[in-house]
Amino acid sequence: MNIIVCIKQVPNTTNVQIDEKTGTLKREGVESIVNPFDEYAIEEGVRLKERFGGKVTVITMGPPQADSALRSAISRGADNAILVSDRSFAGADTLATSYTLAKAIHAAGKYDIIICGKQATDGDTAQVGPGVAEKLDIPHIAYVKKIESIENNLMVAERMMEDGYDVIEVPLPALITVVKEINTPRLPSLKGMLSSKKAQIPQWGAKELGADKNKIGLTGSPTQVMKIFSPPPRPGGEKLTGHVSEMSKTLVSKLKDLKVI
Amino acid sequence: MSNEIKIITEKCTGCTLCFKECIFGAIAMLDSEHLLSDGKKVKKLAQIDLQKCTFCGACVQACKKFGAIELKREESAVHLDMDTTHYKGVWIYAEQRHGEISPVVYELLNESRRLAEKLKVKLSAVLLGDKISNKAEDLIHHGADRVYVFDDPILCEFEDDSYSELLAKLIAAEKPEIVLMGATNIGRSFASRVAAKIETGLTADCTSLDVDINTRNLLQTRPAFGGNIMATILTPKHRPQMATVRHKVFKHAKKDDARKGEVIKKNVEHSSLVIRTKFLKFIKDISAKVNLADADIICSGGRGLGKPEGFKLIEELAEALGGAVGASRAAVDAGWIPYSHQVGQTGRTVSPKLYFACGISGQIQHLVGMGSSDIIVAINKDAACPMMKLATFAIEGDLYEIIPHIVKSLKER
Repeated sequence: MNIIVCIKQVPNTTNVQIDEKTGTLKREGVESIVNPFDEYAIEEGVRLKERFGGKVTVITMGPPQADSALRSAISRGADNAILVSDRSFAGADTLATSYTLAKAIHAAGKYDIIICGKQATDGDTAQVGPGVAEKLDIPHIAYVKKIESIENNLMVAERMMEDGYDVIEVPLPALITVVKEINTPRLPSLKGMLSSKKAQIPQWGAKELGADKNKIGLTGSPTQVMKIFSPPPRPGGEKLTGHVSEMSKTLVSKLKDLKVI
Repeated sequence: MSNEIKIITEKCTGCTLCFKECIFGAIAMLDSEHLLSDGKKVKKLAQIDLQKCTFCGACVQACKKFGAIELKREESAVHLDMDTTHYKGVWIYAEQRHGEISPVVYELLNESRRLAEKLKVKLSAVLLGDKISNKAEDLIHHGADRVYVFDDPILCEFEDDSYSELLAKLIAAEKPEIVLMGATNIGRSFASRVAAKIETGLTADCTSLDVDINTRNLLQTRPAFGGNIMATILTPKHRPQMATVRHKVFKHAKKDDARKGEVIKKNVEHSSLVIRTKFLKFIKDISAKVNLADADIICSGGRGLGKPEGFKLIEELAEALGGAVGASRAAVDAGWIPYSHQVGQTGRTVSPKLYFACGISGQIQHLVGMGSSDIIVAINKDAACPMMKLATFAIEGDLYEIIPHIVKSLKER
């Protein structure tokens, strides 16, 4: 089974702190990590390989530094990696990113399943996975919380919904985007860490992909950021005081006054 | 020409404003002594790492005062010759689940009615499903001028393949200028597929919308970086302009039984549909009495509960309020409650009218999932934790003592 996992390197917001004075994010010195949802995608890819054989190829589109995200995936069991990187890819929105990743996956050869994280924690769009599937003209299932079975080239997976989950069957090749519930990612193994150090990671640019220059980067992006601003800080709250029973009564009457209860 | 951005050395005062603004970490402050145009000597100089830069323009705005950053963006070339004037009208996708219109649809009708009036065009809704034709009038009563209905047993359950193909074809034929959907699980998956099919821009999870009546551009404002920054996004040269919209941000449309509109029934030609996905069954989440996404009131518990039994207390509170039960990642990871209840970065994003955070300190990953709630009540032993500072009402103390009192007061009201 040929498994492709698409990942993204994102700024780590775990250690980010709020500036007490301005109420905005302190942005200095933020390190880069593998997008948290992609960790589940990598793990699921490696588990499928362990069940069905084959290999896991990790692909990322990003700056040359994203190489470290790919090596992290190899240390957790992926077999090889491709870095899709070119100055001309910069500024891509979800449509241009979907096109570029689809080109890279196509160039990588035959595949059975493509796994992506539900969304990246920087953009929070959840659009690239389905977009890649559309560009490759294959079906997809978003928000997968469990792969129930893969038999006779048919995959049955559980799609998480607001009110429960749907069970969907799809023929391979197909793309899935996964949520946290699907698995618990493993830690890197010693062997994996050695492989990740030694791995030769090819870098593919627009030329290698044979990409249409009108469909990549900012040029190929229909959406444009007009402005970026900090949201107004939440007005400071009120600390209730007094005995517990008094505080409870005060709270309830205040909520009633505000007509929320 | 490709994108270009540069620092004009003789204008850069080394103030670090741009450095602080760059969320991509693409700006570094170099120790570089240089002269400003007025002859003043400064010691720091901003430098842009072009490998990391996404040309978003945030630094240019931060440097407005000094004008030391110059950005030249490449013109978007695709569909440059597209005649956007042929595209008229505002559309919404009337999502239904198990035959019922999703609540977010009525919020979309309300907001898009305003946009349609500003643009002086019609508001249309698109309804797909099985035995749902009777819902069309309801959409008209809530603000739609026209409803396109695809009613066919094949559309009984949402499937990306069939739904996206039908909507993409209808868009291509009718040419609306704006298409909005709810940012639900269905909407996010479906909208992306449709936008990729018709090669137009799609903006996810908008929390504010407006239109520029001169350019007819849709101003799509959405949170990014987990709500720490807001971005206004345009789709200037492509039509339709597509966006998904966050649930609970806009008010529910008022019903007017006297409103009249047009219902257009569309045929579903089975032979032209390529359907690869197959819906097998739906399993309802029985652990949740109230659906988190639709709830106006959410009571969440976190690490501070200390034990799984703590959720009994949270459930009592939720029941007294008629709300849903949420949880922080810590509580879910401890196995106290299923993942479907998790609020935050790796869980769900919610924006209820009232959010109770019980024993939740307010890690950034949790805050991004509920920070847009109207009113936040925090109950925590630690008065200094971020949630207590952020909360509209903060109660310091032992939640095991406080919550029963609140439940009692609620029952007495």
